Amino acid sequence: MSEKPRYERPSLQRHRSGAMNKMGSFPGLRSKGQIDGVAVGELVERYGSPVFVFSQRTLEDRIRTLRDAMRLRWPRVQLAWSYKTNYLDAICQIHHREGSWAEVVSGMEYERAMRNGVPTSQIVFNGPYKDDASLERALVGQSMVNLDHYDELAAAERIAERLGLRPKVGIRLNMSAGSTPRWSRFGFNLDSGQAWDAVRRLLGGGKLDLAGIHCHLGTFVLDLDAYREAAGKLAAFANRLRDELGVKLDWLDVGGGFASQSRLKSQYLPGEQATPPLSRYAEAVADGLRGLNTPPSEMPLLILETGRALVDDAGTLITTVVANKRLPDGRRAVVVDAGVNTLFTSFWYQHQIHPAVPLHGTPEPTVIYGPLCMNIDVVADSLLFPPVEVGTHLLVGPVGAYNIPQSMQFIFLRPPAVLISPRGEHGLIRRAEVLEDLVSLDRVPDWLRGE
Amino acid sequence: MELDLAISPSGFVFDPRTGATFSANPAARLLLEGMQEGEGLAALVARLQAHFEVGEADDLERDVLEFLRVLQDETLVPAERELEG
Repeated sequence: MSEKPRYERPSLQRHRSGAMNKMGSFPGLRSKGQIDGVAVGELVERYGSPVFVFSQRTLEDRIRTLRDAMRLRWPRVQLAWSYKTNYLDAICQIHHREGSWAEVVSGMEYERAMRNGVPTSQIVFNGPYKDDASLERALVGQSMVNLDHYDELAAAERIAERLGLRPKVGIRLNMSAGSTPRWSRFGFNLDSGQAWDAVRRLLGGGKLDLAGIHCHLGTFVLDLDAYREAAGKLAAFANRLRDELGVKLDWLDVGGGFASQSRLKSQYLPGEQATPPLSRYAEAVADGLRGLNTPPSEMPLLILETGRALVDDAGTLITTVVANKRLPDGRRAVVVDAGVNTLFTSFWYQHQIHPAVPLHGTPEPTVIYGPLCMNIDVVADSLLFPPVEVGTHLLVGPVGAYNIPQSMQFIFLRPPAVLISPRGEHGLIRRAEVLEDLVSLDRVPDWLRGE
Repeated sequence: MELDLAISPSGFVFDPRTGATFSANPAARLLLEGMQEGEGLAALVARLQAHFEVGEADDLERDVLEFLRVLQDETLVPAERELEG
């Protein structure tokens, strides 16, 4: 007697004209049973589900690739790790071991960088609000402080005067560049002449020295011309500073914004096709800076604050299917144990989702929901996915950027994070949150206590 | 249950009223055939059990009822139609 085939839930798919194209109707769903050679099952058994898993090898590769690509094209290059992208100590320390400085945007981040052993002179301090104490600490510590607005300029002057210092500072510029939407809220506008006015005001004050200029075009910038144009404008501004005001800059900071291999919700092509390699970003920046008119001995340090493009691809979230259901519109729904509380980037990315084991059966339009009792808790809203059983582990990626610092403590406790070394060792880099972590912050006032 | 569909052994399904075509997986094809023969819920479940290796976690009754909902959404059966026990 022949063996009966394994049961798969009934599935009926309507044929739609236009659904097929030359690429085929379904890209094929690859299973991924391991991360850097460590079995998904082993990771879940040891650390539970959901769990963030970071690849040290991928992170180091990305850092070295960008650094080497930029150094090929510019003599003095320094990466400064953007703390807000992921400030887990272990992740920051991998960057610092690779020679990266720190780029911080708050007093809290500044303290984290100091905890990680970064000398204050190797901290770039950006952001639209630097409280007085943090600003003072950074100026005294000879950090690279990039001033964001006139009020901050005045605050820096007051601190310098009070302490009898004459600190070097940078100013932050914003500008239109390429097709990228203009981020105009940070720094002084270059195109309108405001930045030039700010420089004259800074120099006229006589309390600060201008040593650097900084710009940050935006986030997930796919347009290389934007970097070419922005770097060109920075170079032209630096030339004018030198020619008209005799200012020689110590640093030129082109910020961050390089895209990772993720795919935005509005993006047609997948990340591996749409995102330029790091070498092409480096090329665009170097192209733009070619107009800088500086003797080789006075070449300013080029600082890159790349965050997302370095760490995103190094991070994966393992989550587990907890339920299947059918929606009234006929779509299949899958509920998993990690939602937008854990994967904040679900709001703007179409994450790649791979099952840990091969799935069989007909792919159907499927919604993947998180565990929150909230309608907005959607991890993937339109995915062709085969039937999947409760208990199946799914790998969601890339998720290394922003999810850890932006994860919300909401309804569920936050999951642990694990690092896999290039030799295949693995260990916690953040333990799972426990209830005590939360309630230890709570206070009940006296009048609610007692009898 | 009245189900006027042409169903091929490979799971190609044609609705002559509308011209719509569908792909049915083996379980869906079996259910459509059973429904064409007028089978009720219990018989459809038994039909699946007879043809497939069913796991402990599988809930065939739920799957059949959900499948009926899919057919109703695709207007292959009237919305008010229910399976007989």
